[in-house]
This record gives sequence, structure tokens and C-alpha cells, in this order.
Amino acid sequence: MKIGRRSFLSFIIGGAAGTALSPLAWKSMDDSSIWSQNWPWTPVPADGEVSHVNSVCTLCPGGCGITVRKVDDRAVKIEGMKGHPVNDGGVCILGLSALQLLYGPTRVKAPLKRVGERGEEKWQEISWSEAVAEVAAKLGDLRSKGKSHTVCSILDSDKGTVPYLFGRLLTVYGSPNFIRTPSIQDSYELAINLMHGVQASAGFDVEHADFVLSFGSGLIDGWGSPVRMFKANSNWKDSGSKVVQIEPRLSNTAAKSDKWIPINPGTEVALAMGLAHVIIKESLYDSDFVNNYSSGFDKFKQLVLDKYNPDNVAQITGVDSSALVSLARNFAHASKPLAVCGRGQGKTQGSLDEFIAVHALNALVGNINSEGGVWAVPDPDYIKWPEVEMDSVAAVGMQKERIDGAGSETYPYARYLLNRFSGVVNSEEESPVNALFVAGANPLYTISDSKAVKEAFSKIPFVVSFSSYMDETAKNADLILPNHVFLERYEDVPMPVGLQKHVIGLSRPVVKPQFNTKHVGDVIILIAKALGGRIADAFPWDNYEACLEETLGDKWESIVENGFWSDPDFKVPASEEAFNTPSGKFEFIPANLKSPLDFSPVTIEGSDISYPLILVPYDSMRLANGFIGNPPFITKTVEDTVLKGKDVFVEINPKTAEEIGLIEGRYVDIRTPRGKAKVRVHLFDGIMPGIVALPRGLGHTAYDKYIAGKGINFNELIGPVEDPVSGFDAAWGIRARLTKV
Amino acid sequence: MKKEVKNEKAKKYGMVIDLDKCTGCGACMVACMSENNVPFKEDESNKLDSIAWMRVYKLTNGKPFPEADICYLPRPCMHCEGHNGHAPCVSVCPATATDYNHETGIVSQIYTRCFGCRYCMVACPYHARYFNWWDPVWPEGMEKYLNPDVSPRMRGVVEKCSFCFHRYQTAMNKAYVEGRRKLEEDEYQTSCAQACPADAITFGDLNDPAHAVHQIAKPDLKHGGRSSNPNAFRLLERLGTNPKVYYLSSREWVRRAGDNYLKKDKTVKKLH
Ligand code: SF4
Ligand code: SF4
Ligand code: SF4
Repeated sequence: MKIGRRSFLSFIIGGAAGTALSPLAWKSMDDSSIWSQNWPWTPVPADGEVSHVNSVCTLCPGGCGITVRKVDDRAVKIEGMKGHPVNDGGVCILGLSALQLLYGPTRVKAPLKRVGERGEEKWQEISWSEAVAEVAAKLGDLRSKGKSHTVCSILDSDKGTVPYLFGRLLTVYGSPNFIRTPSIQDSYELAINLMHGVQASAGFDVEHADFVLSFGSGLIDGWGSPVRMFKANSNWKDSGSKVVQIEPRLSNTAAKSDKWIPINPGTEVALAMGLAHVIIKESLYDSDFVNNYSSGFDKFKQLVLDKYNPDNVAQITGVDSSALVSLARNFAHASKPLAVCGRGQGKTQGSLDEFIAVHALNALVGNINSEGGVWAVPDPDYIKWPEVEMDSVAAVGMQKERIDGAGSETYPYARYLLNRFSGVVNSEEESPVNALFVAGANPLYTISDSKAVKEAFSKIPFVVSFSSYMDETAKNADLILPNHVFLERYEDVPMPVGLQKHVIGLSRPVVKPQFNTKHVGDVIILIAKALGGRIADAFPWDNYEACLEETLGDKWESIVENGFWSDPDFKVPASEEAFNTPSGKFEFIPANLKSPLDFSPVTIEGSDISYPLILVPYDSMRLANGFIGNPPFITKTVEDTVLKGKDVFVEINPKTAEEIGLIEGRYVDIRTPRGKAKVRVHLFDGIMPGIVALPRGLGHTAYDKYIAGKGINFNELIGPVEDPVSGFDAAWGIRARLTKV
Repeated sequence: MKKEVKNEKAKKYGMVIDLDKCTGCGACMVACMSENNVPFKEDESNKLDSIAWMRVYKLTNGKPFPEADICYLPRPCMHCEGHNGHAPCVSVCPATATDYNHETGIVSQIYTRCFGCRYCMVACPYHARYFNWWDPVWPEGMEKYLNPDVSPRMRGVVEKCSFCFHRYQTAMNKAYVEGRRKLEEDEYQTSCAQACPADAITFGDLNDPAHAVHQIAKPDLKHGGRSSNPNAFRLLERLGTNPKVYYLSSREWVRRAGDNYLKKDKTVKKLH
């Protein structure tokens, strides 16, 4: 009902004469004028019936429950869902802005086929059946030529029905190339795999920890499930739990911690070993756990005692040895200490040594799989589809080595190595990838060394994007098959990152699809059916919704009712049964590792002579830097010392700035071995001299005018540094030079 | 009807923001924009014309590395009571477009009355008021998310945080329909307080001893509402504006900055 001014006034009169309980007489004139005014030239949002729908946000791996307020069929506001096991009523800045993505100008409104050059943005709208037929024809052709293994999929997750559908299609079609985008999940999974002998994700019982030692993790800058971490942080304040933050830059997390310990960047691994030295030397470790449930302790002990005494470590890390000793004691004496790592929001994998060292610290204090500690959480096993039956082509294809080398002789431990992808493609005359599918990911923006990634993409003959938005990858694709936005579709969202519980959230259609989009799950099923044979047989469902409902089985009703399903009885096994290593115990020195780790800091790219400074990235909640670009509301909150007009500011210590003669606001060229950019200078006392920092999340070349063309994408300035053991990208920064312009 | 209003104990809605918990994430700013139909432009990096009813400021302690420290300070409208409702802005408005509501303690802004003289903006020591230099424009389709409870504003008028007054109205309407006079604490919550993922913002009736804001802020009503909580402070307390937004910080430099940070703030210099 629209109420114009005149009808509103008569409405009041009518009301006042009517029931004595009418609220309207309560309204002062102020209120009614606020409420009733409208101008013909500003939009008048139509009033209507208010309702609320519970769903799950999928804009990051956090898995927050949301409650969407609707007026008739419009979604008008996103709020955190009360009582949700992840976020209990809170919501982050990105989740709050999701309606700008839903209704915004960046949506891909129909299936599009490229007609101009790649990236030229000349598209032709096609029908869904044409789109599916085109993909199926391409896949059929490759398969008939025995090239099924040259098809590759990049997704942001490998959990849940949609990634499983992708994986299933690849398997039965005959390609081993399912790639998950990189994050610290890779390193945590591998550390747990090697030390526990199980395939599991790391869960952190942050709610119960009383001393949190963070090796640069942005606990309140978006690490883990952001809203959950914010709440935990506030609980730590209330309960008096301590947080110690180790990193060279005063991040928000460092500022809010009880103690900030600046450290030479990249040397965190040495500090962890130094702490282990003190804990072992002073016998502060949990002897029950170490003696009964661990193996390799003596070797580990020897290593840390030989090489990591506090003075040595102080030399490497720049952390004062007495501070180190007292930190080790405080950590070990706490009743529920917890050490975590993975820099910033954890978007790059990091070095395996560091994760092993930090995980060893947790083991020393006996908090593995225990209250307030780190848990090895296996995936919930609700997806129980029958094994696929492969034909001979698929069987041959599946025997081929992966494009990214993961699982090969050189990289036996890694499961996914997207960081190696562009290197491999670019090193060969003809691209070893003939078709690439990208869903829920934007590798052209998020993977480091953008130039190389772009080159690799341009060599791949057939690129299909399933993005709902015109992001960088979609813009450079041959075909865009736009998925519904999460507010328009059903999807299971299992395993919110970092949670030590089993929770499956359900995204559901809050509004009907706004455009001619299609659920990616449906598209996969259609493609499979079009390919026929064993491939079609592997997809017996009529559509995605039927598949989802059948998969969730007896959980379906409760998940629809509550918006999520959680397992109240979820527990990890006791230490007697938790480890599946060769020794059957927790392994300080993993026996499954062929070569020993050397726990030395990762050397970054560039010589210190041509590049006297070190450039590191920083993550901020106000700059979404994953596969979703900043919606306009969030960009509005970015400070003018981070972004001004189109210019991004590089943070530099005033001392360093003085040495090179720079003042606040000055334009400079920043150069690294991988790229260069024009930026402005912001003096910041919170950053270690000699280091400069740029935010991640800017420099988009796609999306809309509210974010594109502002600042620089950090990934254009940095490239991967391969971890020698895992093959992960261990780069935490790159050497750089600033010159005045 | 009027008589009943008078008998009702006056409410005094206010806020306590715990700066130890605030992460500077900015969710409150967006929660506000999205609830209150605040528009946006292609470039919002000129903070003088960037409308943000809630703005999170970054304070620094001014010390060099490694003693440097930062703290975020979210700033809604302070809904100053001044002395007996004489908020700085209310006193200067020639159009009575902004008024102090004695029933709720909320300082209103009536856009239809405002003719854009901007005296109130000059008078407000907190820079909580913003002027619409342009008519709002939403990209095609985006007007779908606009909230019907709050009217979009036009060029030429001043706007500011209303403590989400429309939510009060909605809650009161509901209570009245159900035959109640009194709102439960959780029935009327602002959008920012509700959204804050760190639970840093507490909102409620400062006059009601059962409400959390009262218990935390412990306002001394005889002394202009000054807090008796040693960690609590209000911005520019000594001006006598008697704001209804209290801040908590365990760090002394932050509490001190609360009384003069605006003097150092660059935007102040530029505005005057
Ligand atoms: S933290 Fe992640 S899942 Fe939660 S609301 Fe924000 S973007 Fe969505
Ligand atoms: S939402 Fe909460 S934590 Fe985030 S900036 Fe606002 S007050 Fe601070
Ligand atoms: S109280 Fe409401 S209007 Fe004021 S800042 Fe918070 S959300 Fe905005």
C-alpha cells in the first residue's frame, strides 16, 4: 500500500477517532512527516507485506546464517540469523551488502557467448539449450580425441553437492583435474594429514581457548569464519583471555590484541621453533600427550634444542630473547593455549614448515583434539552417491597426471596446486588444458602473478565461467553460464571454515531468480545428460533440487525448517584412536615425509640491492578480496588514507619515508620483480621500517564503475614462491622499490 | 491521550560502544546505509561529501613504531540532550526541521521541513550531519532493495542518524496493537547494534535500570548524564552537549582522545 500525504493525514484522523489503543495518536507530527514525505523525483519504495527468510551466506567460506527481510517479493535487508551456530545474529560487512550484488549492475543476466576478442566484452545472448549443447559438443569432441584429461575445473571449494557434481562429471568424463582455489586450508589439511595421518580440516575451538597465539593470522581481519572470530574475540575480552599477535604490521588484530610482537616478516617459523625450544627445555610441555600419544618427539627435541635457542631465534626474528622466553612460558602455562597461523585472511597457502611448527606447538601443550584446541575435523559424510561406473575413456583419462602436478612424484603431498597452473600452461607451446570451467572463483583476479595467469588463460582454447557477476574471469571467458546468486538458489554449505563442529547450512531462494540464470548444479546435470552413456548414467537426478533433497535425506526437513543442520553429538576420537600415522600416534616428525623439513624462513623474490624494501599485502574487512568484488556500500567505507579517487596508498613507516624523501600523499612508482604501479604514500607508524604494505581487494578491471579501475591488484605485483616440500605458494611478500614520480 | 503520554516515564534511548571490542570492520556503517536508504556515488573517497550516518573513525596514539597503537571509533549521531533538550543543532535550526523528542530522547530530522541552510551542520561538533549535494541515484534495479520504512532524501536537505527511529515506531505500533505500553529491550534495536558482529554496540533506554546500556554507562543524571564507569567516556564531554552515546575503552590514550580528537581531525580544519 502506498500512502500519499493526503491519505495519510486522513488516516490519522480516522485512527484517532477510532480505537483508544491505536498507536497512531502516539506519533508526533515529526514522526508522521518523516514517515509520510516523498518527492516525485526520488524513488518511493513500495510498502507491502513484511516477511523473513532464513538462509546462508556464501560470499566467503564463513557459512554465516542470515535472515533476509522481505517486503512483498523484494529483499530489502540482510541480517545475521539469531541462534545460528556460526554467527548467532552477527553479520559481516560483505554479507550485509549482498543485496547490492543481487540487484546490482554487475549481474550477468543471461547465458552469453563471446563474439569479439577475449575480454572485449562483445557478447551474444544465447539460450540455455544452446549453451548446454555448445559445452557438450566441445566436451564430446575432446573426449573422442582422447583428450578428456585436458579438461579442468576451478572451484572455490571441494565440499558440498555442487563441487561433488563437478568432481563426478570430471571423473566419469575422464579428467583428474578438479582444482580448488588456494588458501591456508591446503596447508592445514596437509599438516594434519602428515602429523595425524587423517584427511581432515582444521577446526579451532576458539570459544574455549584462553591464550591465543597468532602468527600473523588476522583474527579480526577476516581469518577463519569472520563473524565467528569477531564474537570469539569479544568473548576473550569479557573472559580475560589473552591474545598475542605476531606480525610486522599493526593490523587491526594486532591493535586489539593484548600484546603485539613485531617480527621480521617471514621468520614466524623460527619463532615457533624457538618457543618450542623453551617449552621443551624447561619441561613445560604436556608430558601425558607427548609420552603416550606422540612419536618423533626425541628427534624434534634434538632439532629445536640444537638449532633454536632463544639467542639464535632472536637474531633471525628480531624478537627479543627475553620476550620470547616469557611468551613461551605464558603460552605453556595457560590452561587452554591455542596457536594459529596463516597470514591475514589466509588467502595464500604459506609454507608447510610453518604450519608443522605451529601445529607442533599445539601438540606440545596437548591441545590436539581437545577443548580450546585444534581439532582434526573430517568432512561430514552425507553425500553418499553410488560410485560412478567409468567407461574405458574415463578410466584412461583418470590415470593421467594432473595438470597442476598435485599428487605426482614431485608433489606427492598436495591435493591442489592452482599456484602452479599458469606456469605449467605457459611453459608449453600448446596449452595442456583444452577446456576450463570456473565456478565460484575468479582466478584471473585472485591468483598471484596476474600477468602470467592472464597469459595462461589466453592460451586455453575454451573457457567457461559460471559466475553470476561480470568478474575478471567471466569477462575473459568464451561462454558465461550465469549461476543464480545465492539468494536465488538452493545449495548446501557444509563445513564453515575453521569450525570444530559439523554444520551444514542451506542457502535457499529468498527471491525468485531476477534474470535468465540457471543453477550451476542443473547445468552440470544437463551437460552430463547431453553427453550420454555412462556419463549420463552417473547423474540419475531430474534436476539439482531433487539431487540435493535426496542427498540430504532425513536431514532435509530439519535443514529446511531451521536453515542449517548441526550434529549435536559430533566429537573427534580420543587420542588413543585419533591418529592414523605409521606409528599410530601424533608425529612431530612426520614419517610419511620423504625428506626432512628444514624449518627455515621462506626467501622471497627479488634482490635487496635493486629492491631495498619489502612489500607485504594486508587484508581488511572493508575490501573483499576473494572471488567477490567490493559492492558499492563497502567501498564507501574505505578510508581516504587507503583509497582516494582512483589512487591507492602504500603504507610506509615515517622513518623509511624520510630516508627516501617521501612525504604523506606523495605519488610514487612501486616496482617489484613482477610488476609496477603508481601509488600514493601514507605514513603509518604501525609498520616496521623497511617494509611497505598495500591492501588486497583493489585494482579490479571488471565488475562495475563503483570498484573497477580503483587502485592496484596486489596480485599484479607478486608471484608465487614454491614451497620445496608441498609445492604450495609460500610467498608472503616480495622485494620492492619506491621511486618518486 | 496526551495525558497518558505524560504519565509514561520518559525514555532516553542511548548507546554504549565498546571500543575494546570494536574491530573497525565497518559492518555498522553498511548496516545503517542499507537500513536507511543511504545512497552512494561512484567515488566516495571525498569524506566531506560522503554521507555516512554512522562513520567509523580511526584514532592513532601518535607514537612511533613499535609503540604505535590504533583504535576505531564508530560515530553515529550523539542525540545530544544538552541542557533540557537544547542540542546544539536543535537550537540553531530556523525551520524546526530538527527537534528533540522528550519522550525518547531522540533528535529527529524532518527532511520536508529542512531547506538546506546547514546551520545545524556547523553547530554539530561531531560532524554527524550530512548534506545532500545531489539527488540520490541507484543503478537500475537496485532501488528494489530500498526500505519502505525510510523515505529516500532529496538534494538540498540535511540528514543524519535517527537511532533508526522507524524501528521504534514499528515496535511501538506492534506493542500497542498487542495492548502493551512498554517495549522490551530487544524489541527496539538499531540496525547497527543488531548487525555489529563483535557485539560492540549496546542500545537501549538509559533511564531504565533493567537495560544493559544503563547498567554499563551508569549515567549520573544529576551531572549531565556523566558516566560513573571509569572506562566510559563521551565525546567532547566538556562542551556540555550531554550526548547519549557512551564509549568504553580500557586504554587511557583512547579515553583522552575522546575529548579532543576532533580538534586534531583534518576534516574539521577543512570545514571551518
Ligand atoms: S563472514 Fe562470510 S559468510 Fe559470514 S556474512 Fe560475511 S561473507 Fe557471509
Ligand atoms: S560493526 Fe561493530 S566492530 Fe564493526 S566497526 Fe562497527 S562497532 Fe566496530
Ligand atoms: S542508530 Fe540507526 S540510523 Fe543511527 S547509525 Fe545506527 S543504524 Fe544508523
